[in-house]
Amino acid sequence: MPRTRVGVFVCHCGNNIAGVVRVPEVVEDARNLPNVVYVEDSLYACSEEGLSSIKEQIAKQNLSRVVVASCTPRTHEPLFKDACEEAGLNRYLFEFVNIREHCSWVHRHDPARATEKAKELVRMGVAKARYLEPQEEFESEVFPAALVVGGGVAGMTAALSLANQGIQVYVVEREGQLGGLVREVRTLFPTEQDTGELLGPLIEQVRSHPQITVYLGSEVENIEGFIGDFDVAVATDGQVRELKMGTVIVATGAKEFKPLGMYGYSGLPNVVTQLEFEKSFKRGADLPPNVVMINCVGARVPERTYCGRLCCSTAIKNAIWLKEQDPDAKVSVLHRDVMAYGVDIEEFYRGAMELGIRFLRYDVQNPPEVLGEKRAEGVKVHHQLMGKQIILPADLVVLTTPLVPREDSERLSKMMKVPVGTEGFFLEAHLKLRPIEFSTDGIYVCGSARYPSSIPESVSQAYAAAAKAAIPIRDGSVRVEAITVFCDERTCSACGNCVEVCPFGAVELQEGRFGRTASVNVTQCRGCGCCVAACRSGAMQQRGFDDRQLLSMIGALADEMVSVGGR
Amino acid sequence: MSSQSVLVIGGGIAGIQASIDLANMGLQVYLVERTPSIGGRMAQLDKTFPTNDCSMCILAPKMIECAGHDNVHLLTYSEVDEVRGEAGDFQVTVRGKPRYIDLAKCTGCGECAEKCPRRVSDEFNMGLDKRKAVYMPFPQAVPRKMTIDAENCLYFAKGRCRVCEETCQASAIDFEQQEEVLELEVGAIVIATGFDPYDPAALKEYGYGEIENAITGLEYERLICASGPTEGHLGRPSDGRVPQMIAFIQCVGSRDVNYKAYCSSVCCMHATKEAILANEHYPDLKSFIFYTDMRAVGKQFQEYIIRAKEQYHASYIRSRPGKITVDEQSGNPIVWYDETVFSEAGDSVRRVASKEVELVILCQALVPRGVHREIAEKLGLEMDESGFLAVRDRLECPVDTSVPGIFACGFCQSPQDIPDSVVQASAAAARVAELLRPNSRRPRDA
Ligand SMILES: Cc1cc2nc3c(=O)[nH]c(=O)nc-3n(C[C@H](O)[C@H](O)[C@H](O)COP(=O)(O)OP(=O)(O)OC[C@H]3O[C@@H](n4cnc5c(N)ncnc54)[C@H](O)[C@@H]3O)c2cc1C
Ligand SMILES: Cc1cc2nc3c(=O)[nH]c(=O)nc-3n(C[C@H](O)[C@H](O)[C@H](O)COP(=O)(O)OP(=O)(O)OC[C@H]3O[C@@H](n4cnc5c(N)ncnc54)[C@H](O)[C@@H]3O)c2cc1C
Ligand code: SF4
Ligand code: SF4
Ligand code: SF4
Ligand code: SF4
Ligand code: SF4
Repeated sequence: MPRTRVGVFVCHCGNNIAGVVRVPEVVEDARNLPNVVYVEDSLYACSEEGLSSIKEQIAKQNLSRVVVASCTPRTHEPLFKDACEEAGLNRYLFEFVNIREHCSWVHRHDPARATEKAKELVRMGVAKARYLEPQEEFESEVFPAALVVGGGVAGMTAALSLANQGIQVYVVEREGQLGGLVREVRTLFPTEQDTGELLGPLIEQVRSHPQITVYLGSEVENIEGFIGDFDVAVATDGQVRELKMGTVIVATGAKEFKPLGMYGYSGLPNVVTQLEFEKSFKRGADLPPNVVMINCVGARVPERTYCGRLCCSTAIKNAIWLKEQDPDAKVSVLHRDVMAYGVDIEEFYRGAMELGIRFLRYDVQNPPEVLGEKRAEGVKVHHQLMGKQIILPADLVVLTTPLVPREDSERLSKMMKVPVGTEGFFLEAHLKLRPIEFSTDGIYVCGSARYPSSIPESVSQAYAAAAKAAIPIRDGSVRVEAITVFCDERTCSACGNCVEVCPFGAVELQEGRFGRTASVNVTQCRGCGCCVAACRSGAMQQRGFDDRQLLSMIGALADEMVSVGGR
Repeated sequence: MSSQSVLVIGGGIAGIQASIDLANMGLQVYLVERTPSIGGRMAQLDKTFPTNDCSMCILAPKMIECAGHDNVHLLTYSEVDEVRGEAGDFQVTVRGKPRYIDLAKCTGCGECAEKCPRRVSDEFNMGLDKRKAVYMPFPQAVPRKMTIDAENCLYFAKGRCRVCEETCQASAIDFEQQEEVLELEVGAIVIATGFDPYDPAALKEYGYGEIENAITGLEYERLICASGPTEGHLGRPSDGRVPQMIAFIQCVGSRDVNYKAYCSSVCCMHATKEAILANEHYPDLKSFIFYTDMRAVGKQFQEYIIRAKEQYHASYIRSRPGKITVDEQSGNPIVWYDETVFSEAGDSVRRVASKEVELVILCQALVPRGVHREIAEKLGLEMDESGFLAVRDRLECPVDTSVPGIFACGFCQSPQDIPDSVVQASAAAARVAELLRPNSRRPRDA
């Protein structure tokens, strides 16, 4: 057998690694490891220069394994694997060692030990690399249809965009009609048009598009499978439909927070939320002459730290609406900061001030107080410019509350195996560069389900989700990473633990050459490794993480610990 | 049939993301970037809010993915000269400026720059450093090739030098190179030309350009960046000393009808990030952020501010400072502002106060890039009063410009941060796909 030839590339990441970890020492240490025939340090391994050097050395040194010690596998592993493949080396003969996140960043104040740890991690990586085996990825087909869960502005826009790209779309909406939250909204910032003007044509287009099927009054009962091949159960009036889908967009929105017990809400009849105000006060109706709005009710407080992003704009919009209906009305907005970011909303805010709407800042330590026994009659607040407490008369108090996650987002999250963040909104794969993707392939998120978003933002996200959800469908197939498991039938004791734990239904007990044993459907296996951990016979092995590979890593570390102990 | 090609103008994060999505849809993408490398402003940032990922570390893989994609044709150091036609069928003239470097031969070894005698101000480092007349804007540049900047090269000025040519082992220097004109047929256009920082010298009261220790946000990003001109050493301009007290002034030129009426959207957050980074570098350092409204509206932003206050010695002072003066002896800037003081009875007064700090960071307004004005005029693209590309309907199709077939994403169409720019970029790609209906499969390994 030809000797395994390992090449190690240790990256400085500019100063990100080399500022803490003494890279030359790590390089020297790696030179003495078994099977290592080439070691290089690289200023930026991921730069064009760094990558071409990896490719060059694969050819020149006839490398059969490549180890890169650098920043993070999350964004960079595919890059290095591609480089290997371009140089003719199977991409599974590559091993990543994370010496930035695991060394220079977390041990910033201890360069000596950060360096030692980097050496150890490289030793472990090399040890594993020696046992890596080439793997073949296979293609799995993508079913040519997309599911959109939720028929609000975001869901409808995503559906239309997909359909306009020529893709079959199914929209599942829980309510009896499309439209979502904005159905209850009177006019829309920043254009001040009537909601109907936007919603009417949008609903009409969705309903009449030949490639869109809408299931109203329906819920997604279950989703199983993976990108390209989701099995979806949709329940309508107790009747369950089984559908196959290639990709899924989550657009389940959010709801307005109801501030029970705060500022007299739910006790005093004339204390309402912004949404209730929009719903119950129409043009031409008798409008109250003195209105006080209180912002950040239930937001930016210890129990709900986030900012609702769009609720300031809602308050400005409703204040302007009131002033436009009745120019003599006295409207005050009590706020902590006015979140009028960007061009349009800042202009809207300036317009509101010009109309004579009073914006008064309050301090969260010293919040306003709603006065009155049976009805709200006034609001007491510290006026920062006048320097004292004042009482604003109030015929109506409108509380500005944030959007909060819907009750069942937790359930959906479990069902679809996608995470929610600390606020309870769905959590994207990467806050900056993958804002509408989940880390699970084939599922995307848009609109207020992800985070409170105005319509322009929800619509942009919906289009973005449609772009992503269309790509695999247009391709017709996806490549599946070959980190799947296989069962060594000779050692399998047919206990069925693996069948129990597999979240993707990929394992079954079947009669085979060695009697009844576990059998894995690799097209369904996502490589989560649960069954490997659950297998009590050591029969389940994962490609790229098999016992030999992992034990060799532990071995490399253990040798080290023994020698340290003996010193 | 409509052309299955798309022109993307501007190679910042928005243009890069749009190109990747379009290319993955099977469309042919021509990405035109004015400067020698793609990357845009994000390449100049140190870390990014609200998770403090290193900006270059997350950007570099995107740049490489984009440039390496079989369906992307990268046209750097190029500009769009003319556009004719209509949705589905545009004719575009792109002018490639001569780099005086043979891209096929240059290995990016840097020897030429090493030897080049001509030092000029380095725009990538906001003028805080020097580069040579033959240069690569930054080490992770894509393409990783040199450019000779003819305006500053001695050979072009005086007819003598050519040291780079002698040095280059690869014979990549080519002083005979001519401008290249390319005619393209594309079905759609995506504009992503981003922003420029507004020159805060316009606000005399803040003394930018006169007060040595008053710098801008982007200058600060380069200073605090480990791969910047000072390797992350926050030495202040007057004496190189590391300050222990720094102040951020928000809304410099923004939200002011005398300058830029709009809110630039990202500066509250970048100041917060910069305060955190300063304290991470120097644990005793204190920051004072003078703000009008603290516009922290994104996911995890409020929590970021709480962390800045609780863990990183950042104090937020609600006031728009009236002026900045200097203590002649120490060179320390003094920020004049008004503050609210409470009496025991709970009443309060506003009174003038001052704070002496050692460095001031002016968080300047960010303005849409002016370059696209000519193109815009030719195409009949509408712009709003501030110069942002206008969209046809903010609510319905927030990335469609006033001209069918032309889309806009990122900062050139409204102030926004990286995540929002990435969203809009993908959104623009969807709109293009609706128009051009690509059906070809992307190559297997793309
Ligand atoms: C008082 C108020 C005023 C506002 N005014 C404006 C304004 O003037 N301008 C503006 O731009 N924005 C405004 N907004 C914000 C606007 O409401 C949101 O941008 C918009 O609702 C986001 O749309 P969405 O589709 O993401 O979510 P939603 O509108 O919440 O729609 C989600 C849909 O999904 C459905 N759904 C939820 N869970 C499930 C499930 N499990 N299965 C099936 N279906 C499900 C829901 O029934 C709903 O129809 C306002 C918000 C409020 C609260
Ligand atoms: C100091 C500072 C700190 C910041 N920190 C953060 C942060 O931490 N997190 C965050 O999310 N955001 C941050 N931002 C905002 C972030 O920089 C922007 O959101 C982002 O850069 C916008 O990307 P873009 O692609 O739209 O524009 P740009 O990055 O400006 O890219 C535009 C590109 O187009 C090119 N171009 C321009 N005109 C033409 C033309 N006519 N032809 C061809 N090419 C052209 C330019 O050369 C450039 O490469 C910060 C901004 C500043 C000023
Ligand atoms: S948007 Fe305004 S009202 Fe809503 S939580 Fe944020 S600051 Fe408070
Ligand atoms: S690794 Fe095991 S548990 Fe996980 S998906 Fe594959 S077969 Fe199922
Ligand atoms: S031009 Fe020549 S010397 Fe300069 S970087 Fe390119 S190859 Fe090296
Ligand atoms: S000719 Fe001289 S000045 Fe010009 S780029 Fe070459 S070395 Fe520099
Ligand atoms: S983001 Fe903050 S600093 Fe920037 S203009 Fe808006 S309010 Fe001012």
